[in-house]
Amino acid sequence: MHLHRYEKIWLILGAGGLALFIVLLCVNAFAMGMAPPSNMEMIDPTKVSETPPFDNPGLKKISDTEYDAYMTAFAFGFNPNKMEVPAGAKVNFHVTSPDVVHGFQIPGTNVNFMVMPGHINSASYTFEKPGEYLILCNEYCGAGHQVMATTIIVK
Amino acid sequence: MMQTHMGKAQVDRPSARLSLAYIWVAYAAFGLAALAGMLQGMVRGGLIELPSWTNYYQILTAHGVLMALIFTTFFIVGFLLSGVAKTTGGSLHGTALGLGWIGWILMTVGTAMAVVTIVTNDASVLYTFYAPLKASPFFYIGAALLVVGSWFGGFAVFSSYRKWRRENRGKMSPLFVFMSVTTFVLWLIATIPVAVEVLFQLIPWSLGWTSSINIMLSRTLFWFFGHPLVYFWLMPAYIAWYVCVPRIIGGHVFSDSLARLAFISLLLFSMPVGFHHQLMEPGISPGWKMIHVILTLIVVVPSLMTAFSMFATFETTGRKKGGVGLFGWFKKLPWSDVRFFAPFVGMLFFIPAGAGGIINASNQMNAVVHNTIFITGHFHITVGAAVALTFFGVSFWLIPVLTGRTLTPTANRMGMVQTVFWSVGMFLMSYAMHYLGLQGSPRRTSFTTYMDHPLAVGWLDYQRVMAFGGGLLFVAAILLILILGYLTFFAPKGNTEYPTAETETEQHTPKILERWPVWLGVLVLLCVLAYGLPIAEQLTHNPPGSPPFRTW
Ligand SMILES: [Cu+2]
Repeated sequence: MHLHRYEKIWLILGAGGLALFIVLLCVNAFAMGMAPPSNMEMIDPTKVSETPPFDNPGLKKISDTEYDAYMTAFAFGFNPNKMEVPAGAKVNFHVTSPDVVHGFQIPGTNVNFMVMPGHINSASYTFEKPGEYLILCNEYCGAGHQVMATTIIVK
Repeated sequence: MMQTHMGKAQVDRPSARLSLAYIWVAYAAFGLAALAGMLQGMVRGGLIELPSWTNYYQILTAHGVLMALIFTTFFIVGFLLSGVAKTTGGSLHGTALGLGWIGWILMTVGTAMAVVTIVTNDASVLYTFYAPLKASPFFYIGAALLVVGSWFGGFAVFSSYRKWRRENRGKMSPLFVFMSVTTFVLWLIATIPVAVEVLFQLIPWSLGWTSSINIMLSRTLFWFFGHPLVYFWLMPAYIAWYVCVPRIIGGHVFSDSLARLAFISLLLFSMPVGFHHQLMEPGISPGWKMIHVILTLIVVVPSLMTAFSMFATFETTGRKKGGVGLFGWFKKLPWSDVRFFAPFVGMLFFIPAGAGGIINASNQMNAVVHNTIFITGHFHITVGAAVALTFFGVSFWLIPVLTGRTLTPTANRMGMVQTVFWSVGMFLMSYAMHYLGLQGSPRRTSFTTYMDHPLAVGWLDYQRVMAFGGGLLFVAAILLILILGYLTFFAPKGNTEYPTAETETEQHTPKILERWPVWLGVLVLLCVLAYGLPIAEQLTHNPPGSPPFRTW
């Protein structure tokens, strides 16, 4: 099979760039600990409201600067509906669904993951700037999907 | 059979009738889908409200199913069957014709079932039908018929290929046929997982025979199919680029063996990659996700090969026509010929589309755009622009070939206008979508300001740009259907050439490229490696299943 000389150069540059890019992705994910949200914990989706800590969703304070937020995403809302944390706080979100698949996204941050019935998914974010952050559902979940949102207030 | 009395037809009557039947169902679906798409844009832009008897998610389902599944699949089967007929001597033999018609009937019945359930609002589950949203069982059965029907289109291609090889021992098959076979091999293998999902998970569960469903497994099986589906759309467009476009501009295939190698690579690397659609999901470990990310990114290589081949053909042809200097050849290309212009604009769209694809596939960057309207913008410039513009460009000559008519200069000019409208509409709409997605605006969401949250209110202007782009696209869609109707029924009779280019000189293509057992073996191995363990895990360590929900 004959490869044109320019094509060889083109493919070597392309494949080389690609290889470098892949190495950077691996370093980013595994050495710097920025792998995508891939929580492996499971839960019975029909018993979410009886299973702690999701029987009583809300903020649990770990320290002055760190909180766990246990939340449920359901058609068509989030529980709890209002949360307030001080600026500079790191919040670890743990979210599950008692019904269909939902999304969990905070625009302006890198918090963005799927909430699947049967699984608990999580992500952390440190809220440096005060404000009212929008949390929305970004996976179609039914007729009221567009109203499915809540806020987290950072003071 | 020779048709001496009416000149040399490129494709004989029975084969032409079969292809045309596919292509017209494709464009009927396209017209309805375009209407649904335009209405969605208007709702999202806050310009109209839908009447109470329908809703946004119902027309969103209609748009997705009709455009992404029905328009594409019907067009692809029709186009590839016509090209196989043309390049194997001008006709399909009896077996292939029979298989082709069985496929058409199954697909059309499946389409009707899907459309009826969507219209009665029993299937507002979007075209990805994610469990535990439960549609009417007839919706899933319709989808299954559509897929199984398309397999018969593939069997028709395989049977023509086998016949050709028997009659031409030792020779390389025509490039068009080889590429069609590769496309359908990909399609057949890729649809097995979704067939398993639909037959063994969704249908029994939606009929109430089973009470719960393993959601993780259903999503994995869906995306096992869902990414190669993208290549099933793309490869026929590549066939038009590799084989048809060079002939239209008066040139040759740049390299037969590299074209075949690109197709084999697409076949191998488009399959074991589905987890890159599930990067933000729980229940799959980061290691497996990374393996799929790496395999996904390797598809960049055959894309680079294709880009090189295309521009090499353009340059050689332009220079032969007297183009001098670094870019003089560029001016020699037939810019006013819609058969070239439409697919060329499609290729241009594919450049940013490829870059966007790398973002989506890359682990951490995906977190910024996942499920935002950026994704919608991305696949509108891949499928909606690169692929669709190529299919339009093909239709402008294919329909005259099949009906024994000609593309008149006026129809050509109207086609140019149509291409410009479609491109500008797509550019504005998808630009706005990419921008909004980066701001965090979600996809698949009806009009909302999230209780007047300032962030969401700030998105409104761009949503209006989306709506305006959608309006232009609808005008272009109507215009296209008018032109194609004219080419089917009213254009002057005459012989139109079916453009298929050859290589310039005798080329020795390595025989290995046509040894299917080798490639199928490698492909199965890759799939077992990439999916075997994670699926075994999902079958054993799975949470209690989910009951069905109807949330619309
Ligand atoms: Cu939701």
